[in-house]
Amino acid sequence: MKVGLFVTCLVDLVRPGIGFAALELLEDAGCEVIVPETQTCCGQPGYNSGAREISMELARKVLAEFADCDYVVAPSGSCAGQIKVHYPGDLFRDTPEREAFDKLAAKTFELSDFLVNVLKVERVPGKYADTITYHDSCSGLRELGVKQQPRALLALAGATISEMQDCEKCCGFGGTFSIKLGEISTRMADNKCKNIKAAGAEAIVGGDLGCLLNIEGRLRRSGDESTKVFHFAELLVEGKSKCD
Amino acid sequence: MSITVIVQKHSMLVFSVFSVVKNWRLTEMQVQSMFFKRTASIKLDDAVLQHNMKKARSKFVDGRAKGMLDLDNLEDIRTAAAAIRDRALANLDAYLIEFERNAVRRGAQVHWAETAAEANRIVLDIARKNHIKKITKSKSMVTEEIGLNDELAKAGIEVVETDLGEYILQLAGEPPSHIVAPAMHKSKEQVADLFVQHHHKPRLTDISAMTREAREALRGHFLGADMGISGANFVIAESGTTLTVTNEGNADMVTTLPRIHVVVTGIEKVIGTMEDFATLIRLLPRSAVGQSIANYLTLTTGIKAPDEKEGPEQMHIVFIDAGRTKFVGGELQPMLRCIRCGACMNHCPVYQNIGGHAYGWVYPGPMGSILTPTYVGIENAGDLPNAATFCGECAVVCPVKIPLPDLMRKLREKQFDLALRPWSERMAIRAWGFAVQRPRFYALMSRLGARFGAWLGGRKKLIHRLPGLDGWTHGRDMPAPTGKTFRELYRARRAGRA
Repeated sequence: MKVGLFVTCLVDLVRPGIGFAALELLEDAGCEVIVPETQTCCGQPGYNSGAREISMELARKVLAEFADCDYVVAPSGSCAGQIKVHYPGDLFRDTPEREAFDKLAAKTFELSDFLVNVLKVERVPGKYADTITYHDSCSGLRELGVKQQPRALLALAGATISEMQDCEKCCGFGGTFSIKLGEISTRMADNKCKNIKAAGAEAIVGGDLGCLLNIEGRLRRSGDESTKVFHFAELLVEGKSKCD
Repeated sequence: MSITVIVQKHSMLVFSVFSVVKNWRLTEMQVQSMFFKRTASIKLDDAVLQHNMKKARSKFVDGRAKGMLDLDNLEDIRTAAAAIRDRALANLDAYLIEFERNAVRRGAQVHWAETAAEANRIVLDIARKNHIKKITKSKSMVTEEIGLNDELAKAGIEVVETDLGEYILQLAGEPPSHIVAPAMHKSKEQVADLFVQHHHKPRLTDISAMTREAREALRGHFLGADMGISGANFVIAESGTTLTVTNEGNADMVTTLPRIHVVVTGIEKVIGTMEDFATLIRLLPRSAVGQSIANYLTLTTGIKAPDEKEGPEQMHIVFIDAGRTKFVGGELQPMLRCIRCGACMNHCPVYQNIGGHAYGWVYPGPMGSILTPTYVGIENAGDLPNAATFCGECAVVCPVKIPLPDLMRKLREKQFDLALRPWSERMAIRAWGFAVQRPRFYALMSRLGARFGAWLGGRKKLIHRLPGLDGWTHGRDMPAPTGKTFRELYRARRAGRA
């Protein structure tokens, strides 16, 4: 079973460790993992800025790059959602290419959803026995139904989850929104950080690097140097030190 | 200082003067949407507003959630409600004609206004012909769109808003900030001050006492009005019925006491049958405030019949287009399903933080982000479709399943095609589009970016300032990249293994 890893542009640029953690998790569960070399981006930044043509070009590129894979897995609800929901549902909905994108969508999954619902893993390689709180990123939650899956995996690693108030509320990232309307975005991030601190956990964990960078950025600027920020994949692989 | 620098420095001023000049023709509620970003900034620090927005959640969010627990087939009802609205929109002309036939049969007169100006003229004509001195009004957002009260005031006719929130705003001379609770931005103290100013009675501090004082003031107006103007939550084609949904009962007083009753409503409000209404009313008060039903459902069909004791002598129904037909038949048509519950704005994390006035026109929140650019011109309301993270919560709670984020994205596409966004944004997208389609160039650029970012982050691995990305770094640090890209590390790992 060939699983294509969709690394995501943010993971590639900012935190490659998340990509390697995803790789390890998939291989540990018995997958043969391919990482198509020419992948760059799912197209969402342009798509949400109204640049439809470029978004369609990128979609075709992704389709071609992952053609030989049985599955496409991304450590991001946002990117997986773009491929699974927006490619066939909007960009190519009324085009002759619709069928090809329906097939791509059918084999594309967000990482935790893939591990829990497709591979049905019963163990994870790593251990993380601290108290964490979880942020449900919007796309993963509302477009793909990602809610229980990461929590189930973290429980397998031994984590205790202290749910924060409004764990499903948007953190204010929203891609280019975080820059275009930075003040509102910062306030939303601040609200999220207050809820995180009130949950009394050692770490805040999520499934989308965009959200995590936004949250960590606000935590640090507001003087919190102790709350750790992780992608769930980082906590499920061996060795806490892998998270640097 | 060169002229370019002066213009840049005062770009906001230049832009506002330009916009005001452009908008002077608009006699309707003045469009302030072009100032969204600046107003939002002010509202973020408005202590009274922030306090009220936080308090409002218990009714609008928690209340709605609790109310929905009564329904064990909410999703089915939403689907049915969306279908009811879609059917009416697909047959809009036929439904409106049938409505007119049935309303006229019961003694009402039906008028059709294509523009705001026409609508105002029609209402003014009715008022003048009947020598109207005083009008009581129940809440109608479309009358805010067309600026009806101002036109009536200019003609020397007294208009009194009778919805408590609208009454307060009329005293304050302010526009609504929410479509269901229009004065939600006002504090108890601010309202007490307004009452002292206008009622000339001792200042009150107790809310129920203030409500009583308002009721007493309004009672005199209700009894003394010779014309009543109401909006319509829906109009029913099969019976020629107009209806309002209120908690205060003010619509009853407005529609039955005066001798002339005028209904002002948008053409999209028509539904087919009473059955249709029965489905929609299950969701409207619940979606708005979590009530299983509103206190008053006032259904009005025609004028006082010869054998009836009460009712107006004349009933006029004024249908307004004012841009609604722009939606019909296009990709944005689902927006017309809207039943004006307010759930979208109540659950929108952006609206929750800035309130309604920042949106600059009649309709705030996600619905406003779609209606305002379409009605007043996308060039006047450009920031509104961008005032969203597309978190999707609005679409989850919309009782008629309007795909609000998708519609906002369509407006962003329109802006992109018309090159309406700032030059810097357009160039950034161009540059990004160039890079992401060229893997080798992208690999090089991202490697450079990762190195540069890691260097900027220093020992603490945090970037405090990013040139050009002020929007982020003004209030947040940026965690620094680790310094190498996944692509190069993976390549190296594979080479090491080979």
